Amino acid sequence: MSQKKLAIIATKGTLDWAYPPFILASVAAALDYQVEIFFTFYGLQLVRKDLSGLKVSPLGNPGMPMKMPFGPKWFRGITWNVPNAIQALVPGYESFATAMMKKTIANNGVDTVGGLRDICLECEVKFVACQMTVDLFGFSHDDFIGGMEYAGAAAMFEFAGDSDICLFI
Amino acid sequence: MNFDKELDARGLNCPLPILRSKKALGELATGQVLKVVATDPGAIKDFEAFAKQTGNELLSSAQAGGEFTFFMKKK
Repeated sequence: MSQKKLAIIATKGTLDWAYPPFILASVAAALDYQVEIFFTFYGLQLVRKDLSGLKVSPLGNPGMPMKMPFGPKWFRGITWNVPNAIQALVPGYESFATAMMKKTIANNGVDTVGGLRDICLECEVKFVACQMTVDLFGFSHDDFIGGMEYAGAAAMFEFAGDSDICLFI
Repeated sequence: MNFDKELDARGLNCPLPILRSKKALGELATGQVLKVVATDPGAIKDFEAFAKQTGNELLSSAQAGGEFTFFMKKK
């Protein structure tokens, strides 16, 4: 049986959306898939050396449950429906929400984004960054982790066109 | 059941139990057995799927007191 291939196109650059590409890529690699992730647009944030800029915004994100990751059980169970207008006006609201999300992630035994990214690299998942968007956003190759390849859409199609599963995230 | 290596994946959530198991199996020789203890309820289906797709045999899968124990034989 020939090796299966998974191609992922990662386009989101927030803390929450950093998870799906790295979780799926690492598990596929564990299942002996050959995996390539093409990072483009905001997805480039996921391959920066410094991941501390990854944030999550509850503003205009009605699907995100807002619960506190600490305190007694009854307190943790409360869903905080904070109106968008207040979220937008309170300084540091996004940083607060990001800190709460990181705490929730740790409480649930879920790895950090950096941890999952390292596992992907260990498992030889190939990381390719879209050169056009690197230029568009004023990044240099020095902003990104080592071992990356830089290419365009045609190179992505060469791998994705031959893949068994192709995901746009 | 006899085993050659044990992996404590308690408290870890998806996808870590599978990823750590894959790594632990890599350190074993063909025919050796890995024991995994996990608390992630998704692990039951995941270990079945992992075994089916990698060819490593899932010898047993048991549940007791919120813990799941798996024995896998390396391909």
